[in-house]
Amino acid sequence: MWESVIGLEIHVQLNTKSKIFSPASTSFGAPQNTQACAIDLGMPGVLPVLNEEAVIMAVKFGIAVGSKILDNSIFARKNYFYPDLPKGYQISQYEIPIVSGGTMEIITNGKSKIINLTRAHLEEDAGKSIHDLYPNESAIDLNRAGTPLIEIVSEPEMENAEEAVQYLKNIHSLVRYLGISDGNMQEGSFRCDANISLKKKGSTKLGTRAEIKNINSFKYVESAINHEIERQAVILDRGDSVVQETRLYDPSKDETRSMRSKVEANDYRYFPDPDLLPVSISQDLIKDIKNNMPELPSAKKIRFISQYGLNEYDTVILVSDRELSEYFESTLKDSDLNPKMTANWIITEVLALAKKAYLSVKDYPVSSEDLTYLLLNVTNETISSKQAKDVFERMWDNKENPRDIIENEGMKQISDIGELNKIVDNIIKNNYKSVEEYQSGKDKLLGFFVGQVMKETQGQGNPKIINQLLKEKLKK
Amino acid sequence: MHNKTVSELKKDLKNKKISSVELTNHFVDRIKSIDSQLNSFISLTEEYAIAQAKKIDLEISKGKIRPLAGIPLAQKDIFCTKGLRTTCGSKMLENFISPYDATVVEKLNDAGMVIIGKTNMDEFAMGSSNETSYFGDVKNPWNTEYVPGGSSGGSAASVAARLIPCSTGTDTGGSIRQPASLTGVCGIKPTYGRVSRYGMIAFASSLDQAGVFTRTAEDCAILLTHISGYDPKDSTSSRKNVPDYEKECKQKFTSMTIGIPVEFLEDLDDTVKEVFEENIKVLEKNGCKFKKISLKSSKLGVSAYQVVAPAECSSNLSRFDGVRFGHRANNAKNIDDLYKKSRSEGFGQEVKRRILIGTYALSAGYYDAYYLKAQKIRQVISNEFAAAFKEVDLILGPTAPDCAFKIGEKVNDPIAMYLSDVFTVSTNLAGLPAMSLPMGFKNSLPLGLQIIGNHFDEAKILSLAHHYQQITDWHTKKPKVSGD
Amino acid sequence: MNKETIIKISDLAKIDIKDDQIDDILTSLEKILNLVDEMNSVDTDSVTPMSHPLNLKQELRKDIVEASNERELFQKNNKHTDNGYYIVPKIID
Repeated sequence: MWESVIGLEIHVQLNTKSKIFSPASTSFGAPQNTQACAIDLGMPGVLPVLNEEAVIMAVKFGIAVGSKILDNSIFARKNYFYPDLPKGYQISQYEIPIVSGGTMEIITNGKSKIINLTRAHLEEDAGKSIHDLYPNESAIDLNRAGTPLIEIVSEPEMENAEEAVQYLKNIHSLVRYLGISDGNMQEGSFRCDANISLKKKGSTKLGTRAEIKNINSFKYVESAINHEIERQAVILDRGDSVVQETRLYDPSKDETRSMRSKVEANDYRYFPDPDLLPVSISQDLIKDIKNNMPELPSAKKIRFISQYGLNEYDTVILVSDRELSEYFESTLKDSDLNPKMTANWIITEVLALAKKAYLSVKDYPVSSEDLTYLLLNVTNETISSKQAKDVFERMWDNKENPRDIIENEGMKQISDIGELNKIVDNIIKNNYKSVEEYQSGKDKLLGFFVGQVMKETQGQGNPKIINQLLKEKLKK
Repeated sequence: MHNKTVSELKKDLKNKKISSVELTNHFVDRIKSIDSQLNSFISLTEEYAIAQAKKIDLEISKGKIRPLAGIPLAQKDIFCTKGLRTTCGSKMLENFISPYDATVVEKLNDAGMVIIGKTNMDEFAMGSSNETSYFGDVKNPWNTEYVPGGSSGGSAASVAARLIPCSTGTDTGGSIRQPASLTGVCGIKPTYGRVSRYGMIAFASSLDQAGVFTRTAEDCAILLTHISGYDPKDSTSSRKNVPDYEKECKQKFTSMTIGIPVEFLEDLDDTVKEVFEENIKVLEKNGCKFKKISLKSSKLGVSAYQVVAPAECSSNLSRFDGVRFGHRANNAKNIDDLYKKSRSEGFGQEVKRRILIGTYALSAGYYDAYYLKAQKIRQVISNEFAAAFKEVDLILGPTAPDCAFKIGEKVNDPIAMYLSDVFTVSTNLAGLPAMSLPMGFKNSLPLGLQIIGNHFDEAKILSLAHHYQQITDWHTKKPKVSGD
Repeated sequence: MNKETIIKISDLAKIDIKDDQIDDILTSLEKILNLVDEMNSVDTDSVTPMSHPLNLKQELRKDIVEASNERELFQKNNKHTDNGYYIVPKIID
C-alpha cells in the first residue's frame, strides 16, 4: 500500500593536501588540534582563500556524471552554532552550486535505471566533537575543520534499499576512480544521509520525509533504510503522520532515533559569503580536465565485456575498484593468458585472500608480474591448477618467488604420457573389482581412479592427461 | 617634535637629527601626560615600542634605513598585533593577545614603523561617536565634552592632539572620515580592495576598509602607499598596481572638474553650508571647475547600510562564542547557556542591537525584503556614482552634516546617530575611495571637507587635497590640549 | 516585529535578552526598520543585486600545505583546554 521515496545526500571528503580555505594539512590521524590553523579556528580577522585543487576535483566529478558546470558559482554562509563549527557558520554553496544536474546509472536485478542528480557543491567540513572522553564535558578537535567536501544530492528517485545501495556503491566507486577521494566510510571520508518518505501506491503526492544520518557502512545503509521504511509504514498504517525530523541510525540496536539537538527547525540564514568572490571556471579548464579524465567504471565495464569476453557478474566485480581492474589488466598485459581464466583466478583466489586480510590492491603481496608467471605455467600445463593454488598461497603468505618454487622444487606437473601410462596400468591392475563396477555403470568411480593415480604421483600428475588415459583404458 | 609631519620626521631620522628611541619616548611621555583627558588609547605598548625603536636605531647606524624607519604609529585596536593585546574596544576580547599580525600591521612594521599603542574605538567598530567602547568614551581634543566621532575615535583624537604623528583606522560607513572631520585631521578610506583586510577584525566584510589618519595629505599619501597592495590572504583584495602616492600627489596640479551633489547641500546646517561654500570659492580661484550633479539615491544609503552592515556583522561575530578564545562565562549549565551568557556578557548594547537586526534581516521570509533589497539599492547608488564620474573627476561635499555633538547627546537615539553618516555611507556601499580634510570651524569645533573619487583614483584625491593644503592652513590649527 | 520575533531571533543569535529589556529593544528595532523601509521608495525590480563592489573573480590558491602546528600558541591563554582539546559542557545528541 506504501511506496518508498528515497533520496541520498552524500558528503565526500576530497583528498587535497591542504584544506579548502586554509593552507593547513588534511592528513588523517594527527593529534588533536595540531592541524587547525588560525583560519580553521575562526580567529578574529582571518579570511578564507579557495583551494584550486578542490575546484578541479569538483569539476572532474561534474564532468564524470555528465552534469553542467556552472560558471560564477557562489559560496554562501550557513549560519548556526555548534562547538565543532568555529566560525558559527559553515562556508557552503546555496543558490549557485558548482555542479548542477548529472546522472548515475544503477543496475538492480539485472535491470538498469538512471538516477538523476540534483546538484553537487563544495563546502568545508566541521571539526569533531567527542562526548565520551570526559564525564561532564565534550572535547572538541578542529583538525577536520576546513577539510574540503563535495555534497552530492540525488533526486528522490530511489524506491528501495537495494537501489539506494547500488547508487551509493556507484558513486563510491566513481570518486575513487577519479582519484578525488579515498572513499573510506569508516574514517568518515564518505558519509551518507538518507531522506525517506512514503506515499500511497500510485499517488504523486509525496509524504513527509525523515532524514537519517550517521550511516557509515554499506551494510548499515540497507538496514537503516529498511528499518525507517517500516517505522514510517507502521505510523501511517495507524493513521498518524510522520514528523519531519532528523534521526540518527544506531547500528548496535538496528534502529533510528530522533536527534535531540536538531529537533527545532534551524533557520540557516544563507547569504553569499562576502569574503569570497564568484568562482569563474574557464572553458579551457573544463576542456583540460575532460581530456585528462581516467576511464570511468561504466566505460571500463563495457570495454571489459567486449574486449575480454567476460560475463557481467565478473566484470562488475573487477571494475568496482579501479586498482583491481588495473591489476587484472596488468596481469594480462603482453602475455597470452586467457582473460576469462585470469578473471576467474583473481576473483576466486586473490580476492579471497585479500578479503581475509583486509588488504587493498596497493598492499597485495603478490605483484601482477608474478601472477602472470604463475598463470602462464598453468596455461602451458607445467603445473596443475591445484598446484598453482598452493604455490600462490606461499607467494601471498611468505612472499616466495614462484620461479624458485616451480623450478627448484620440481613442482613441474608430470605430463609424460609414458610415465603416466605405467601408473594408470598399475592402478587398474590393483583395483580390478572397482574396474568391474565402473564398467558396469558406476561412472562416479572415475574420481576414485583419478585420486589413486594422483596419490601415486604425489599430486603432480596432470589431471587432464590422467583423466584421458583412464577413460580410454577403462573402456570395456 | 610632535608638530612635525611624518614627512619631516622621516628626514630628521634619516639625517640622525633625532633617534627613534628619543622620538618614541617623546610621544610616550606626551601620551602619559595628556591622554588621561582624552582616553584615546586602550593600550600603551611602551616596552615593545622602545625595543623596536632600539632595533631601528641600530639599523640606521649601520646604514639600513627602511622607508618609514622609526616613525611612531598608533594602531586602531581592531588590527591584530602579534603578542600584543587586541580588544576591538570590547569586553569580549579584553584579554585577547593576538597570535599573529594583520597584513596592515606587518607592512608598516616592515617599513620600520614603531607601534606606540592601540587606540580606543567603538566596540567592534559599531558607532559614530566612540561612546560604545568597553574602555570608556574618547573625548574630542577641541572640547572634551564633545565626541570625537567614531568608530576610529581614538585614532583621530590622538593625531589631532599631536600625541602621535599618524595612526591607522578602519572605515565601514564613515568611521575614518567622520572622526577626521570632527577632530580636524586628515583621514583617508581607500577603494574597497586597495588594502588587505587580513587580520582586521571583521565588522561588515563587503564594506570594511583600512585607512590612515595624519595631519597632512602628503603624510596620508606616504602611508597609503605602504599599506596598499594585493594580499593573497585576502580574496577580496585587488591586484591593481600601487602607485607612489606621495609622488603622484605632489605633481603639478592641473585643473579638475569637481561635482557637488545637490542632495548633499539640502537641509544642510547654515554654518556648515557657509564654510563649505567658502572653500569652494577658494578652490575655484585656484583652478578648479565646479559642476552641480545629482546623486538621487545617496541618502538611501543609510537605510541600505543599516541592513547590509548588521547582516554581515551578525554572521561575522558568531565566532565570538567563548569556546576557543575571548570572554567565556562561568557556570554555564550547558552549551547553549555557555553561548548565550558569554555573548551577552561580552557584547555591549549597540553590538547586540546590530546583531539582532542583522539576524532578522537574513532570516527566512525577510531575506528578499531586506538584504536582497539593500544589495539592489547598493547597485543603484553605485550606478549613480559611475554616471557622475563620467562627467567629473572628483566629488566634493561636507564630510558630516554638522560639527561634533556633546557626549551623551545621541547615544540613546540610534537613528540620529546613524544619520551622522549620511554623507559617508554611500561611498562604502559603492566601494569608492574618499578622504576628509579640515576645512574650517563651527563653534570652535572642526568641520571636514570630503573628497570622493572613482575606484582607484586615490592619487587624484590626494593631489587635490595636497594642493588645497598649500593654499589653506586649517590643517595646521591645534587644539589647546595638545599643549602649545 | 514583535516580542515573539525578538525571542526567536535572540535565540538564533545566542544572545540573552532579559524580559525587562525586550520593550526597549523592540522600540529601537522598530525605529531602525522604519528607516530601512525607506528603501522601498525606489523601484528595484530590474536591478541586479550587487555581489561585490569591484566585480572581481575568486583567486585560487595552489594546493600546498603551508601552515605548521601552532596549537600551543593558540591555546596559550585558554584555560578551557585539556590535552590539546577545547572543552565545553557536555553535549547530548
